[in-house]
Amino acid sequence: MAEPMNAEGAGAGSGTGAGAGPVALRISPLAHLAARMHTAAVTGPRGVTLTEWPFRTMVNLRVDPVSEAADRVEKSLGAPLPRQCGHTTASGPHTVLWLGPDEWLVLSQAEGTDGTAVAAELRAALGADPGSVVDVSANRTTLELSGPAARQVLEKGCPLDLHPRAFGPGHAVSTTVGPVAAPLWQVDDVPTYRLLPRSSFADYLARWLIDAMSEYRGPELP
Amino acid sequence: MLLISCPWCGPRDETEYHYGGQAHVPYPGNPADLTDEEWAGYVFYRDNPKGPFAERWMHGTGCRRWFNVLRDTVSYEVLAAYRLDEPRPEIPQAGGNR
Repeated sequence: MAEPMNAEGAGAGSGTGAGAGPVALRISPLAHLAARMHTAAVTGPRGVTLTEWPFRTMVNLRVDPVSEAADRVEKSLGAPLPRQCGHTTASGPHTVLWLGPDEWLVLSQAEGTDGTAVAAELRAALGADPGSVVDVSANRTTLELSGPAARQVLEKGCPLDLHPRAFGPGHAVSTTVGPVAAPLWQVDDVPTYRLLPRSSFADYLARWLIDAMSEYRGPELP
Repeated sequence: MLLISCPWCGPRDETEYHYGGQAHVPYPGNPADLTDEEWAGYVFYRDNPKGPFAERWMHGTGCRRWFNVLRDTVSYEVLAAYRLDEPRPEIPQAGGNR
């Protein structure tokens, strides 16, 4: 062996500390569009911005909602599992999205944790009972669409009613935006939306959104 | 465009769903005893009624669950949507005057 094959030896210029390992080498699904998304940002009363939040921790959870295992999972998360379509619950770094009557997506923003840690915690809570806990962090990426015109951008391709009377902060629903299926989660009143497309669809969805946003750069047409 | 109410997610556009053919087609109780003709009947032959028709749909971009829909094949009106463990609902007003 002439050279060390680890990341510290190979990753010159990555700027990460010791023990970063393969994490320092990963590339987000939209890294190649970061500059395009940045320049597509529109400011002003019709402003809208698009950013990627890469490498979020996501864990897919399936368990019978009326079982003891679900109680243990809720205790471990510190939040009840949402029981209805569109609902989310949050506790500390965790947000739980409803995906189906016995399926949830646990998003975690805790610094220094990765999907394996959250998944291990939930798997311990699930025990030997029927269900599954899978780290799916690499399955999806997160696109954040924010600004006064964000709802109008989404309404060009989303069949859902996104008007505040029907959809608001804390709502998350699996739907389609353009032709891409993705959970859509509204986080605040700006409004800010987060879209969670599968990694291989993220490039198309980001380009679709950049195109949809370009109209708001000019004056409003009557 | 049909507007179908998923039993779990509520009303959504038809484009969010996948079609699954006729509902309530029971698997043969004793498959080994079936003749080729009976197998063909089970696998390939389906009803084609004019009026209310129970069919299976799957909410592909939502909760990804299969459920049943009662749809009028004449007017395309979605008369009912119900879960797989629920019986086919009786729709008294459907199919009466055609």
